[in-house]
Amino acid sequence: MSTRQPILEVRNINKTFGSVIALADVSMDLLPGEVHCLLGDNGAGKSTLIKTFSGVHKQSKGEYLFEGQPVEFDSPRNALDMGIATVYQDLAMIPLMSIARNFFLGSEPKRKVGPFNLFDHKFANRTAREEMSKMGIDIRDPSQPVGTLSGGERQSVAIARAVYFGAKVLILDEPTAALGVKQAGTVLRYIVQSKSKGIAVIFITHNPHHAYTVGDRFTILKRGRTLGTFTKNELPREEMVRMMSGQDELEALTHELEEFRHSDDLKAAGQSTEIDQQLARGS
Amino acid sequence: MTTTAQANQDERVAEVGGLRKFLSRPELGAFGGAILVWLFFAIVAPVGFLSLRGTANYLEVSAQIGILAVAVALLMIGGEFDLSIGSLVALSGAATAILTTQYGLPLYVSAIIALIFALLAGMLNGYLVVRTKLPSFIITLAGLFVYRGLTIAMTRLITGRTQVGGLDDMPGYGLMESLFALRIPIGEANFRISILWWFLFAGIATFILLRTQIGNWIFGLGGDETAARNVGVPVDRLKIGLFMTTAFSAWLVSTITVIQVKSADTLRGDQFEFIAIIAVVIGGTLLTGGYGSAIGAVFGALIFGMVRQGLVFWGVDADWFQVFMGAMLIVAVLVNNFIRKRAEVANR
Repeated sequence: MSTRQPILEVRNINKTFGSVIALADVSMDLLPGEVHCLLGDNGAGKSTLIKTFSGVHKQSKGEYLFEGQPVEFDSPRNALDMGIATVYQDLAMIPLMSIARNFFLGSEPKRKVGPFNLFDHKFANRTAREEMSKMGIDIRDPSQPVGTLSGGERQSVAIARAVYFGAKVLILDEPTAALGVKQAGTVLRYIVQSKSKGIAVIFITHNPHHAYTVGDRFTILKRGRTLGTFTKNELPREEMVRMMSGQDELEALTHELEEFRHSDDLKAAGQSTEIDQQLARGS
Repeated sequence: MTTTAQANQDERVAEVGGLRKFLSRPELGAFGGAILVWLFFAIVAPVGFLSLRGTANYLEVSAQIGILAVAVALLMIGGEFDLSIGSLVALSGAATAILTTQYGLPLYVSAIIALIFALLAGMLNGYLVVRTKLPSFIITLAGLFVYRGLTIAMTRLITGRTQVGGLDDMPGYGLMESLFALRIPIGEANFRISILWWFLFAGIATFILLRTQIGNWIFGLGGDETAARNVGVPVDRLKIGLFMTTAFSAWLVSTITVIQVKSADTLRGDQFEFIAIIAVVIGGTLLTGGYGSAIGAVFGALIFGMVRQGLVFWGVDADWFQVFMGAMLIVAVLVNNFIRKRAEVANR
């Protein structure tokens, strides 16, 4: 894996918002055709990192290389044009618009009729159907509103759209977070399919099982720093589950609670003796 | 919706089409409502209402609101309001009349200059909304007062009055009359050319909305501005363009009325902005944007015209008209919500 050239790489990047350090000395790289999971607790810097990748933020320090060349993005559209597509959990789709209209929003297919440039509905409907069926979702009617789709299907349309418009890097921000087991499966299946097309995927999730099922490598962030990147072999499932479910913290918490209980017991015991004494005194 | 891997089952598309497609159109409620209103007045006031003359009469009334409503529909689908169009009707009408009567310009030249004023006002509305990020409701509410006040103050300053008449004696009236006030005789009735302008405008709006890239952008803008911006829709320019479209419609209506009545009045167009919004909402457009139709707005305006003139034919005091329109608005919103929910379920 290490012999391939990374499609996207950041070296020692820092990002500060005023006095808040969101990212400190973070390095990671992304290879074509891999699913790279970005793991970490809330506030670990995952969002800041992917927003840097997708052109929303600019790093304060450090290098950002795309296909080996240093890049600087002014806007998300800029990054999108280079082939870096981001699918956000909530901002993916417009519910009242049809699937086909959503699919092509901003990049409408056109058909010239006389002096007019028409929106090519036939092409849009056909393509949306085809692209969705490639990922195993059969849409009967691409002109139905996206609002009638399930959450997983909506995410899938967003991903299919990014892939269709030539994404080389696909950044997925918790695409399975709000989904049921079956729907999450739909999305995970499509992540693997995108990977097999040679697309590099950055996959953010809180679910260790989702991460371990599709991930090739795992980068773990904690408090704005990276704890390193691990391959599947280097990071056994149990170890990752332990890290992601915060087992250490949970153990510490259990310990703490036990101490509380202990002191409560002591107090309770002390109080009861006081009461007993009072009762005994007859007051 | 199923998740089978089989593709290209095209024959199933037809299954969903046809009747259900029709039932899921946003203008369905207004279409049904227009038929009901027509039937109602056909029963209670058949003599005047059903005659060709009666028809020409309510179509003419509908056309003025209809032209505004079509433009407002585009804007509201894009997620914004324009409360300033009634005042812009007065502003551009007064500008046309003053430029001709006081400065001797031919009417068509004055009208073109008035159009430029109106478009600039629309551009200013849009620019302020885009730059300040304030709700367009607030920006154009300010516009409602500023443009109306400006019209009254300037007209009084220049002419000493609030009405400017006698336009039929002015140069260029003949040409303008044939463009904007022509009577087309059909049977015993004269149909005004404004009705054709209304239909033409509605046709163009519908074409843009449903068949062009800009139409897709308008739906996207109203549906989710951030999402639209992220995929590269030029949101700001689009918004300004929509405000200029409503301003254009105000100019068209003002020109039609100024030429038809041969005078300008600084109070003209009062409350037109609200009636246009009512027509658009009756036409099935969502107040929150992202969903709606220009054809629906046509039916909404048609309902307005039929009720307003129908009450006259019926012999009911016209004072009741506003009560009727207000109640109609509530009913229309409830009916449209019901239909839209059913349509979404039916599409599953």
